[in-house]
Amino acid sequence: MGLIISAVVIGGGLLWMLYLSIKGQDVDRRIVYVFVGATVALAIIFRLEFGEVATPIVKSVFDKIENLPAGSKIVLSYDFDPAMAPEVNPMANAFIRHILEKKHRLYFMSLWATGQSLLSVSLNDVLKPEFPDAKYGVDYCNLGYKAGNEGVLNVVITNFRKMFPSDANGNSLDSLPMFKDVESLKDMDLLISVGGGKPGVKEWILFAGDPGKVAMAGGSAAVSAPLLYPYWPRQLIGLLGGTKGAAEYEAELIKTYPRFKDKSMPALRMMGPQTMAHVVIIAFIVIGNVAYFRSRKKGGQL
Amino acid sequence: MKRQIPMLILSAVGTLLVVSVFIPSARHWQEDASLYFDIIAVFAFFLGGGNLIRVHAEKVSRKSAGWIYSVVTLLGFGIMLVTGLFKIGNPNGIAGDISQAGSYFQLLFQYVMSPLNSTMYALLAFYVASASYRAFRAKNTEATILLVAAFVILLGRTALGVLLTNWIPAQFSVLQVPNLAIWIMNAPNLAGQRAIMIGISLGVISMSLRLLLGIERSYLGGDN
Repeated sequence: MGLIISAVVIGGGLLWMLYLSIKGQDVDRRIVYVFVGATVALAIIFRLEFGEVATPIVKSVFDKIENLPAGSKIVLSYDFDPAMAPEVNPMANAFIRHILEKKHRLYFMSLWATGQSLLSVSLNDVLKPEFPDAKYGVDYCNLGYKAGNEGVLNVVITNFRKMFPSDANGNSLDSLPMFKDVESLKDMDLLISVGGGKPGVKEWILFAGDPGKVAMAGGSAAVSAPLLYPYWPRQLIGLLGGTKGAAEYEAELIKTYPRFKDKSMPALRMMGPQTMAHVVIIAFIVIGNVAYFRSRKKGGQL
Repeated sequence: MKRQIPMLILSAVGTLLVVSVFIPSARHWQEDASLYFDIIAVFAFFLGGGNLIRVHAEKVSRKSAGWIYSVVTLLGFGIMLVTGLFKIGNPNGIAGDISQAGSYFQLLFQYVMSPLNSTMYALLAFYVASASYRAFRAKNTEATILLVAAFVILLGRTALGVLLTNWIPAQFSVLQVPNLAIWIMNAPNLAGQRAIMIGISLGVISMSLRLLLGIERSYLGGDN
């Protein structure tokens, strides 16, 4: 029902815009803004959702975590700020769920100052309530933020303790059981960077994954995902690009572990408004070009 | 002298770090340099913070246009600095993680900074939509190719792309919009990105050589 109402309202509006454009009338930019706002609002109000299936680039990350033996060591780096968070935070949360469900050891860190606070939100909203049995220092630990961008990676690829003498809570790394057999990033089984800026996935590949010969996966904002394709599939085993990538991972997680079905899966929810917004933008491109060709035929300028 | 000493430091450090890549026993020089950089970065935080206060305090004292926004900036900076520095409300006290749940710093971050930042980024959707209507025109061959590629990628990133083309038989599955979108990312995009990366790398190498040899001096400021 929601889909039909949305289709009628949005379709009617687009037809009206097409009519105006064909008549050669300019559509005010404020009308375009209202139209986009209404489209996204309708999709949110009617909770429009579309099924997602993991593409190979996402599935390969899922399969890697799925097939690692229990107790494997995985680094998850929060390399983003609140602006990118709605797009990439769902990926990070999905990774936490999957990694801890598989009983791997999870090492959190951040190359962005804002990453540490966002990481804290994930720990309190996802990890602690959903995995109450996970023990700090045994199953997961938080190294926090370290300034220095790729310089940090340049050091931790050979020596963790030189750059991180203690974790975010001031505990010495030697006091954490999960660091007993860890000297550097080379001792890890998988590195995951979630981000979209610099330093991010690219720097992790160049300064950690590739020189340390450690498997590397990433999650990135949609706008920077195309820049990472040259590294896939050799230097980067897989990539989650934007909300779509996160939604695909969430769908795969629910398919494999149905117990997560009733947990918050924001990317799957966001795909409804995003799909509608994409459809409207496609329609705008078509309408704009129809108006352009019509004006050109008439010898006008648009 | 003011120019020669920085140039000398740059050439010496740069050459040492390049040499350390090829000598296994000197590999730790890179780590040490990264640690020194980390220490220097801390001073940059002080400089950045000091500069922000100076610029905005000047604006407020002169009552320049939009000075009220500078007051908001200074207040925001001050409040975040004090709550973070003294870890006010932190359950584990001054030694605990700054982003501990319950600390005032974390509350401000989560309920003020995060929503503001996300909202600013989300506004882009409106500008993209407006630009797609007004500027994305098939004016020539290049623009048309770009337009078609954008069209396929946009459709391929939605469920609509699947709905519209899932009737295409499996042997022609490459023509399904989501698969076409993947092909665009994996072939033309990949080739373009690689070309750009190779170009940038060559540029970085030549610029590094210019810096090491003292030919490039723009980082010193001034004309040469």
